[in-house]
Amino acid sequence: MIELININKSFEDKQVLFDINAQFFSGKNNLIIGASGGGKSVMMKCMVGLERPESGHIEFDTRDMLSLDEQQLREVRREIGMLFQGTALFDSLTIEQNIEFPLRMFSKMTVAERRDRVNFCLQRVNLENINKKFPSEISGGMKKRVGIARAIALDIKYLFCDEPNSGLDPITSRLIDALIDEITKEYGITNIINSHDMKTVFDIGDHILFMFKGAVRWEGSREDLSHAQKEIKELDEFIKASYFH
Amino acid sequence: MNLSFFYHFGRYLMFLRSMLYRPEKMNVFFQRLFDEMTKIGIGSLPIVAITSLFIGAVTTVQTAYQLVSGLISKTVIGTIVSDSTMLELGPTITCLVLSGKVGAHISSEIGNMRISEQIDALEVMGINAPGYLAMPKILAGIIMIPILNIIAITLSIYGGYMAGELSGILTHEQFIVGAQSTFKGFTLFFSMIKAFTFAFIITSVSSYQGYFTKGGALEVGESSTKAVVYSSVLILFFDYLLAELLL
Repeated sequence: MIELININKSFEDKQVLFDINAQFFSGKNNLIIGASGGGKSVMMKCMVGLERPESGHIEFDTRDMLSLDEQQLREVRREIGMLFQGTALFDSLTIEQNIEFPLRMFSKMTVAERRDRVNFCLQRVNLENINKKFPSEISGGMKKRVGIARAIALDIKYLFCDEPNSGLDPITSRLIDALIDEITKEYGITNIINSHDMKTVFDIGDHILFMFKGAVRWEGSREDLSHAQKEIKELDEFIKASYFH
Repeated sequence: MNLSFFYHFGRYLMFLRSMLYRPEKMNVFFQRLFDEMTKIGIGSLPIVAITSLFIGAVTTVQTAYQLVSGLISKTVIGTIVSDSTMLELGPTITCLVLSGKVGAHISSEIGNMRISEQIDALEVMGINAPGYLAMPKILAGIIMIPILNIIAITLSIYGGYMAGELSGILTHEQFIVGAQSTFKGFTLFFSMIKAFTFAFIITSVSSYQGYFTKGGALEVGESSTKAVVYSSVLILFFDYLLAELLL
């Protein structure tokens, strides 16, 4: 479980996160939704350690990320996988080398063991025979799947997905959603997804957090969403503005 | 000079310090180091060779043109070509050329990784990104650029010799006697100190510019331009400083 306690974050004079308190649960798809500029990405960057909040605590199963030393922080980060919006695959490496990268850096596996693990991860995301291709040679949907395969190459406990469906057609988006859901449930991962896609919310969202202007405006389950929509104007506007009602 | 200079200088020093952690995997580090050495060393060899040969040839022809008095021995041409090549033309011109080739490449490569979130991906994995990306490039530059300097000096003197011989400006013996007459080991040593210093400037400044790129493709281009301009200016400044301190 990941818990955020009283998180505040500013860029120069502009405060972008206001006293955030939230919990993200193991084995569940925790979705963060909200309009662009609402603070979702900054909050995710704070959680993975790419930004440092001015105050508060970020606890990964009781380990406070903000009070760990550099070495301890790296150890926690090795339990984190992240699927970036633009996939962030390494251009100069083949698909196989991209997935193998965290294994080479952090495991003591032999070459053969690493190859087996790479093939297993590729099969797990329903990709085969692209080992020797470069990221520029595969489609956007395949890149996302390779990104997931790289994220799960090590035995991770936490998976962060930043806009996993951006730039994908609706059919591929559903495949990616289903894949993320399967992996989350299968490995009992604490999964946090930033998304604008309400179809994702209704399909796989277990725990939903709605952000508005840098603050958590609503938090609850998918089942509670329609009830909350009636009471919270901003949430209602956000849902109605999406293509899926 | 405004406050932004101090901001960038401080951040540059912190960037250098952040590289000094022990690499996650030594074998990965050495593989990256050898890859970078190949890219910088072998990849730059053609441009360094062409530049050096022509600079040596031009120096011979222009020195002969300026020596209008029949009282001055033609061996002086060999002396001037070899000394000026070792002292200045070899390290400085080679490194100015390399700041364009190697510096722009380093900056655009790292800058592109920054804007496409590849550096963020390294950091999220718990990898020391400056150490992983920039350290092998800086070390490779420090190893390979002095070697390129030696090659440049050799080819430049050879270019000067060939130009003199082919155009009939001076004989083979006159060039060799002139080149050997004032040779001092310190001149070569000084040349190597310059090459080490310039190599560090090119690779570290370019890595810094690339690493802190913000924005998109346009900003990657801007970072590369800044890397080349700042490296070139710093090379010229340290060229003067080292000459003042060591000669």
